[in-house]
Amino acid sequence: MSIGKSLLAVIASTLIAGQALAASELLNVSYDPTRELYVDFNAAFNKHWQAQGHEPLRIQQSHGGSGKQARAVIDGLRADVVTLALAGDIDELHRLGKLIPEDWQTRLPDASTPYTSTIVFLVRKGNPKGIKDWNDLVQPGVEVITPNPKTSGGARWNFLAAWAWAKQEYGSDEKAKEYVGQLYKQVPVLDTGARGSTITFVNNKIGDVLLAWENEAFLALKEEGGDALEIVAPSLSILAEPPVAVVDKNVERKGTREVAGAYLNYLYSDEGQRIAAKHFYRPRNQSIAAEFADQFPALKLVTIDDDFGGWKSAQPTFFNDGGVFDEIYQAH
Amino acid sequence: MTTTTLTAPLTAKARQGNPLARRLLIVAAWLTFALFLLLPLLVVLGEALKQGLGTFFGAIFEADALSALKLTLLAVGISVPLNLVFGVAAAWCVSKYEFTGKSLLVTLIDLPFSVSPVIAGLIYVLLFGAQGFFGEWLGDRDIQIIFALPGIVLATVFVTVPFVARELIPLMQEQGTQEEEAARLLGANGWQMFWHVTLPNIRWGLIYGVVLCTARAMGEFGAVSVVSGHIRGYTNTLPLHVEILYNEYNHVAAFSVASLLLLLALLILLLKQWSESRLQRLKAAAGEE
Repeated sequence: MSIGKSLLAVIASTLIAGQALAASELLNVSYDPTRELYVDFNAAFNKHWQAQGHEPLRIQQSHGGSGKQARAVIDGLRADVVTLALAGDIDELHRLGKLIPEDWQTRLPDASTPYTSTIVFLVRKGNPKGIKDWNDLVQPGVEVITPNPKTSGGARWNFLAAWAWAKQEYGSDEKAKEYVGQLYKQVPVLDTGARGSTITFVNNKIGDVLLAWENEAFLALKEEGGDALEIVAPSLSILAEPPVAVVDKNVERKGTREVAGAYLNYLYSDEGQRIAAKHFYRPRNQSIAAEFADQFPALKLVTIDDDFGGWKSAQPTFFNDGGVFDEIYQAH
Repeated sequence: MTTTTLTAPLTAKARQGNPLARRLLIVAAWLTFALFLLLPLLVVLGEALKQGLGTFFGAIFEADALSALKLTLLAVGISVPLNLVFGVAAAWCVSKYEFTGKSLLVTLIDLPFSVSPVIAGLIYVLLFGAQGFFGEWLGDRDIQIIFALPGIVLATVFVTVPFVARELIPLMQEQGTQEEEAARLLGANGWQMFWHVTLPNIRWGLIYGVVLCTARAMGEFGAVSVVSGHIRGYTNTLPLHVEILYNEYNHVAAFSVASLLLLLALLILLLKQWSESRLQRLKAAAGEE
């Protein structure tokens, strides 16, 4: 009897504790490679928030493949803010969940994207397969590691970067499709998120080249030391824009609109921009970007809006059911 | 007299079979065991202790790891008693009563064994998710099931439903209803009959089932992963926390927490061994009567 009672007490106290904390909690649902960035940023924001005379904040993080995370928020994961890999995933929050207004991307500067990145190649030290540009990826015997575009935002940037290069190189959509089709034939493992692919490549030592977020490639280099891997910048890549948004329906329910808005705005502050750069994201603020200019190679970049007509057009064309990715991936 | 002394060792030898084949089989069994079970376990412990005991305990007593441990124990503490009650009730129905749909019930109890845990998780998302069947109703009342403790408990309950029932059904069927009938005739009420007659008979089988159920509940990954939402320090159970640490290049911490899980599993294994031997002895005693 006493065991039953104490168990009930434990359950009750946990539930009550959960309730009491709810007032000063903020949940940021993010994608895979931002883990380290937000550990630092959350600490900095908490300090800033308390300096303004607020209660200390308990900032919670959830990470996973960007598409999977968007799905979870639509299914009821109560994110106050989402910081996902691409605008297309946040669009789904409006389309399927009616959680945010359609014009969410106009609410913050720079199309709600406080930092950017791009797609680069990560290869084994000494580049044994001699991989210098996109055409080297489809050489016989080269194994390419990239996550699944259905669930991972990074994978979709990878796909579009490859497509953009091939279209420029060969001049037509038909040829680009052929190239990307061949590329995916050389992918032995499709992980669900960018971090899974990095672990597959770096730790499990599968594959010859990893198509990765620039920030993720730098992080892998830092974690593993420079003696096992090196970064190769291709001749052309894509400006990857991971945007952020307050989830209106959730902040209204939880009464956290003020803190959620302040949290995202702080990403645009000098300190927020410096933390992003420290974690190998390219800052939007030009003067902060200049401070870190040595860190990032100058690359020729296409953009999602100019070259693909934005995510509203690229997502259904390439990645929805029956899109280009399904066609080429089913074909093999 | 002479014949019996001669035949006895012969049959024993015959039962042992070809000595070479026997030795080969034993060696093969041990090799498989060492290669596929012992070696990985040693690797886990080795990786965990690579940077010394300080880092090992540091990883285990870290706030997120402790909250994962707390959540895991809480989920186990709720789901195992639920399945205990359900298991006894189901086994009782199946073994003591005759009713239509009985074989269907027995089949359905086994369903979680054959359904992939990921699907089990998705079922709850489809039912209780914001876009799900009860989503709107729950949302209006601000009740959260998935991506919170109730969802994790539900998923755990689903995957561990069969363990207690599966253990008890054959045991109770074997024992029949005679003792209960006798108790009834002697004037016991239903509760007295259950407490003084049925429960002592099924005690060890019950403990064995509960132990198995606990082990599975603690280690469940797939179903819980779908409904957890992966909020650090909040909705991560121990197995999910291990994966997160590993994905954050935090290998030593990942393996330290993994060995904590391993330690809990070994404890449960010891409990299982103990209850199993009691069960065997009980069966042997029943056989002699």
